[in-house]
Amino acid sequence: MADVKVTELVVFTALFLLVTVLGFVASRWRRAESLEHLDEWGLGGRNFGAWITWFLVGGDLYTAYTFVAVPALVYGAGATGFFAVPYTIIVYPLVFLVAPRLWSVSHRHGYVTPADFVRGRHGSGGLALAIALTGIVATMPYIALQLVGIEAVLKAMGIEGSWPLWIAFIILAAYTYQSGLRAPALIAFVKDTLIYLVVIVAVVYIPTKLGGWHDIFAAADKKFASTPPPPAGPADGTILSSAQTLGYSTLALGSAMALFLYPHSITGILAARSRDTIKKNMAALPAYSFVLGLLALLGYMAIAAGVTPTTSGLNNKPDSNTIVPLLFDKMFADWFAGVAFAAIAIGALVPAAIMSIAAANLWTRNIYKEYLKPDATAKQEAQMSKFASLVVKLGALVVIITLDPQFSIDLQLIGGVVILQTLPAIVFGLYTRWFHRWALLAGWAVGLFCGLFMLYDIANPLTGKQHFAGSQWALSRWGFDTKYTMYVGILAVLINAAVTVLATLALRAAGTPVGEDTTRETDYHVEAGDPGVIRAEAEAGEAAGVAGRPPAD
Amino acid sequence: MAVHDREPASEPAPVRAAARRHVHTPAWNLLLLIPLVGTLIPSVYNRVGPTLFSIPFFYWYQMAWIAGSVAVTLIVYRMTRGER
Repeated sequence: MADVKVTELVVFTALFLLVTVLGFVASRWRRAESLEHLDEWGLGGRNFGAWITWFLVGGDLYTAYTFVAVPALVYGAGATGFFAVPYTIIVYPLVFLVAPRLWSVSHRHGYVTPADFVRGRHGSGGLALAIALTGIVATMPYIALQLVGIEAVLKAMGIEGSWPLWIAFIILAAYTYQSGLRAPALIAFVKDTLIYLVVIVAVVYIPTKLGGWHDIFAAADKKFASTPPPPAGPADGTILSSAQTLGYSTLALGSAMALFLYPHSITGILAARSRDTIKKNMAALPAYSFVLGLLALLGYMAIAAGVTPTTSGLNNKPDSNTIVPLLFDKMFADWFAGVAFAAIAIGALVPAAIMSIAAANLWTRNIYKEYLKPDATAKQEAQMSKFASLVVKLGALVVIITLDPQFSIDLQLIGGVVILQTLPAIVFGLYTRWFHRWALLAGWAVGLFCGLFMLYDIANPLTGKQHFAGSQWALSRWGFDTKYTMYVGILAVLINAAVTVLATLALRAAGTPVGEDTTRETDYHVEAGDPGVIRAEAEAGEAAGVAGRPPAD
Repeated sequence: MAVHDREPASEPAPVRAAARRHVHTPAWNLLLLIPLVGTLIPSVYNRVGPTLFSIPFFYWYQMAWIAGSVAVTLIVYRMTRGER
């Protein structure tokens, strides 16, 4: 512990304490009569306006792991890592099209989770269970990864051991339990302000110290040129090789579609006050993408600054996720490095809180209430969800402390492919009732199997990793005479959709019952204030009887 | 499709009236596909030159689409405001 950086640690701790206080104070912020309803604890009263939604969803989607991993990818492989920019550009137009429909039908019927919608739309408990389990499984490793972000920062400050992670997560768990979605919403203001400050200072200040952008890109070119060309070396460079282009765009597209389907994104969207709030936000959220693009370029600055990754985790291999904290430590004055580290660590807390709330809501609504205790009251639902959020976070902590962090990174890679398989049931379901519920289930199962099989079967001879060594599938392995690769998630969801269409045709021809649809076309267009749209805050008490069950009941 | 048109008798009259309102999806939404076309064809922008402040085309072209995407989304938002 000899080389603990005291100034950095003091600034870091002070900012961390500030958000801890905010987290607990949040339970009184925009207070409802009681937090003992899932609309209050789990969706912040369903009443967040444009500004809060902007901070909340921005804080939700751009996680600490993103801030650490994207520059690390650019540092290691170059242009490929920049896929995060087109990915976060196209996600908003896509969400603009789809999310208002989901918001309307959810506020008409009191849905809290995507699986609630699937249950009401397709009239299938089995399909809803599949969607809920997929959401929980995909979210868990994502929470664990937030801890990788905090760990990288602590390491850069010279702090070793797992006890600081325990402290961080006990604090996080306590205020999430206490305040629900209001806590990350309030903390997101601090997180995003710090991130913007740090990134803007970094991209203005660091290049001047490194001799300007020309020298930075020259250093990167030199590094990539020093590695042997594929297949003997990695496919790296400051622009893509022509073989990489299809993989680049399918990864961007697949990641964008997956991002919307993650339960924590949907939680952020459903917490908005109105359809209009969501649409307005889709025009304003790309401001974060600009920051992300600048952050990605930090990877090249790390190359030019001669930063080399330190070891991390149990395997004692160099961990490229440490390069951004190390770059900040090297280039900034101690006190500002402390601010930068706090920004990353707080950046981990916001999404971790929202993810645990989203996973807890899925458990409570679609497993506990559906199968274990159908007569649970609104208060019991909220209590169960609060408890489940603790279990989810504890699980993530145990995973990160006891297992190789690489395991969480692998799981998150799998998570994106897995969550994409819920696309037909949710997104197609928002537009049409043509697809048969059993066909959607069959497509989900086949898509999941094919996706996992492909990921398992991807090896990287350069690192000696036999399985789960990437998410790009070489089309030549299916006999196509091409050098192109594609993102596994896109291939799997295409297979999923094909199975769904064929099975629907077969099931419809056989006259199999289609299940009850408790929604109507107009439900997908209602706006806040329309008749029949729930207003949780105003009606917290009486809504207990309305929210959670379709009005037809 | 009879399921769609079912009107539960238990709902209040204003809810049932609202449910009969005419709805349509505005054609303006098609504009939202432009950013996808702009960013998902890497062979268009996968090159070094022309550089901007010494930054290769590959990077500043994609960054520029952030502004492009904001502009398109704003236009669609303004033109479809109040529509459902």
